[in-house]
Amino acid sequence: MIKDQEYLSEKATYCLDLAKKLGATDSSVVVSNSISETVNFRNKKLDESYRSDNLAIGITTYIGKKKSTISSSNLLKENLDTLIEKCIETTKNTPEDEFNSLPDKDLLANEVKDLNLFDNNHIKNEEKIEYLKRLETSASVNKKIVNTESSFSEDKSNFILANSDGFCKGYKDSSFVASSVTVAKDEKSMERDYEYTNKCHLKDIKDAEVLGKLAADQTIRKLSPKKIGSEKIALIFDKRIAKGILGTFASAITSSAISRGTSFLKDKINQKIFSDKINIVDKPDLLKGLGSRSFDLEGVKTETLNLVEQGVLKHYLIDTYNGKKLNQKSNGRCGGTSNLYFENGNISYKDLLNANSKCLYITETIGHGSNVVTGDYSVGATGFLIENGEFKYPINEITIAGNFKDMFKNITLANDLEFKYATNSPTMMIEGMVVAGK
Amino acid sequence: MLKILLNKLCIVTMSDFFEKSDLSRSDAENIISDTLQKCDDGELYLENSKSESILLDDNKIKNSSFSSDLGFGFRAISDEVVAYSHSNEISKNSLRQSSENLRSTLKSSQGVYNHEIPKSNKRYYDNINPIDQKTLNEKVEILNNVNQYLRTKDKNVKQVTANFLGEQKSIEIIRSGGETLTDIRPLVRFNVTVMLEKNGRKETGVYGIGGRKSYDAYLKNDNWKNVCDEALRIASVNLESKPAPAGEMKVVLGPGWPAILIHEAVGHGLEGDFNRKKTSAFHNLMGQKVASEGVTIVDDGTIDNRRGSLTIDDEGTPTEKTVLIENGILKNFMQDRLNARLMKTRSTGSGRRENYRHIVLPRMRNTMMLNGNHTQDEMIKSVDNGIFAVSFGGGQVDITSGKFVFNCTEAYEIINGKIGSPIKGATLIGDGPSILKEVSMVGNDMMLDPGIGTCGKAGQGVPVGVAQPSILINKMTVGGTKL
Repeated sequence: MIKDQEYLSEKATYCLDLAKKLGATDSSVVVSNSISETVNFRNKKLDESYRSDNLAIGITTYIGKKKSTISSSNLLKENLDTLIEKCIETTKNTPEDEFNSLPDKDLLANEVKDLNLFDNNHIKNEEKIEYLKRLETSASVNKKIVNTESSFSEDKSNFILANSDGFCKGYKDSSFVASSVTVAKDEKSMERDYEYTNKCHLKDIKDAEVLGKLAADQTIRKLSPKKIGSEKIALIFDKRIAKGILGTFASAITSSAISRGTSFLKDKINQKIFSDKINIVDKPDLLKGLGSRSFDLEGVKTETLNLVEQGVLKHYLIDTYNGKKLNQKSNGRCGGTSNLYFENGNISYKDLLNANSKCLYITETIGHGSNVVTGDYSVGATGFLIENGEFKYPINEITIAGNFKDMFKNITLANDLEFKYATNSPTMMIEGMVVAGK
Repeated sequence: MLKILLNKLCIVTMSDFFEKSDLSRSDAENIISDTLQKCDDGELYLENSKSESILLDDNKIKNSSFSSDLGFGFRAISDEVVAYSHSNEISKNSLRQSSENLRSTLKSSQGVYNHEIPKSNKRYYDNINPIDQKTLNEKVEILNNVNQYLRTKDKNVKQVTANFLGEQKSIEIIRSGGETLTDIRPLVRFNVTVMLEKNGRKETGVYGIGGRKSYDAYLKNDNWKNVCDEALRIASVNLESKPAPAGEMKVVLGPGWPAILIHEAVGHGLEGDFNRKKTSAFHNLMGQKVASEGVTIVDDGTIDNRRGSLTIDDEGTPTEKTVLIENGILKNFMQDRLNARLMKTRSTGSGRRENYRHIVLPRMRNTMMLNGNHTQDEMIKSVDNGIFAVSFGGGQVDITSGKFVFNCTEAYEIINGKIGSPIKGATLIGDGPSILKEVSMVGNDMMLDPGIGTCGKAGQGVPVGVAQPSILINKMTVGGTKL
């Protein structure tokens, strides 16, 4: 059983009281417990079982404008005493920073919203094993599948965030994740692909057979890939890759990147950075949302932000510290976005594939090729050649490159948005990028 | 200095983990032996780590933090099946609960515990706590000096980030029957990132140093200035860079850190787990030619004080220098105990885990290509049209298809045997099993990387090193924007 609110609050209060006694002018503390149970299968047999029970505490103490933090996994009183003492000592010796402070009291969340993020169902390992058996049987129907690895995990967590201004709130959440990774082989090649499902509630996860078949189908169609020549060509990004491009946008508008001047989107507020048709929303109160929350990492309330309206950048993601530097109030985005998504475009997936007589459909990228300072983008890619709307053959060992400033203006979105991750995009087309191959 | 070291030696003793617990060492040994009775292998892994991070950013000390982490991971293995359970609470109750959890997974286990584990007295780093060897004020002073030095040196410097990361990790492994193995591992890192802005264009340069010694071993004689100079040099070069080319061409790699190529292209593909499962592009190539003649690659955990070195791995096996590829022929995979047993070979001391929360996997330590007899000059002169890549950010590999990438952060064009203009950062992509056959010259200038690498696999990050001499690759795809 995960530790209850009472236990966590008691630890939090103890730390706040002790910090105060030892000379902290302000302090905040987060105490959390998470328990995770995972079963892994390989080639229809049990491979690993894993149980994880994590306790964690993080304490920040302030003395005026001086600040320091400590963290630990050991919640015994004796250890907490030593650590808080050390934290106060370090705080005293850390130089002042005028922007250090707890969040403004009037911005703190007044309530924990009921967002239906916790499912009390517990599934025994036997049931996980039964699910994985069905999954792997379905994944290995085709003889070309030579290896299957799958996993089912259940996570439950609970936390309390408290600060010396009287804030003390937290809530439980849960997740059920199943995944399937398959390897397919033919005379010419060996390829791997995957599929997974991640939900707050057990009853919402994908059916085992469906998941296994999806992973297998996606892998088999990658066999015998070709390498193509270098050219400028329209690219269509599968949803699982398109969400990454949206993620890069989010990291370029964090108040820390903006205040430090290390973002290609600095000074772009109220300017058009996407085409007219693009709207981007960050919605924290989505029921059962994977990124849903009642408040941010500092306890600041979170409301829906229309980050981009008709192509125009409307908000940065602001926390207390960087907000003070930028002379703006926190909008509850310490720790980043919640449920971030592109609103649907007005063209169907099929029409998107047909928009050009020839294009590449990208299903996987590798490498860390997004530079948030310059906006330059260059990554390895795998996908398919599409001609007249038809998938022709798989391609690999190519790179795709461009600059986000140009890429953002050339995005066309399909109308197939779904909420599968915390950050979501419909299928996306970008024209004008360069493919390097042979 | 010697005195300080001697004092420190006494701080962490083997009984530490049980000192403040209701669990005695003999209780623990009994639970371990009972649980692992019919298992093939397994152990209790105890870990106590202390780490600090002091960060200067945007002209200020942004963060000074300290973290202490304590916990155990209990592992039982039966045939191919691994059961693992971990907790932060070192108590009788907690260990019993873990034991039950393992037993319930391995109910029908019929194995015979393998008590054999090699021994060695060699140590590759001193028993020190780097965090305590330098006061917070001294560290803050250096960080402030870094900031001032860079901003004074070049008026285009618009942002400086510098940080100290220090850690001491004590581990204890208790095997069935009570055999105990211990290690105390220091690790430090010092990094500088600088951003320049000139005529509206911004570029960054990153450099760092580190390893398993005290901060002062790396920073003495104002060596931090050299780190600053190198970060500044990379950023300055990039300010003048033009778009990188797109397509296949010859590539000369500089010595040292560019050995990320080896780590991604062949290193991961030679880890035992992927080969036992036959999901690596290399699984059926043992004894075959996978690289040009003259190419020898080793994975070495025994170099003194290196970031990737270990006295014992996280299963207690002493590390070694493992020959992976000898003169072009594939000789060995990297193995932990589980994969070694199932592949009927021996552990190479490559079993590692990020911490007690994670299972053991076969991992790299310091992966190195050894010297050949060419000069870098010869390589560059031989290229009509290609690129010279000197510095890299990181890389990634799909071990099944064998395709890998790495991202250069400092590179130049080569035209008619001469180094030309710098080019923008770009991703290079290649095929692991075939790329080393395209190596046509191996240099005589092998260098170790500066000690900053972290390798990620299955969600676990572990410190690693790489090394290589300059090499010439006949053909590789460069992912620029200029057609």
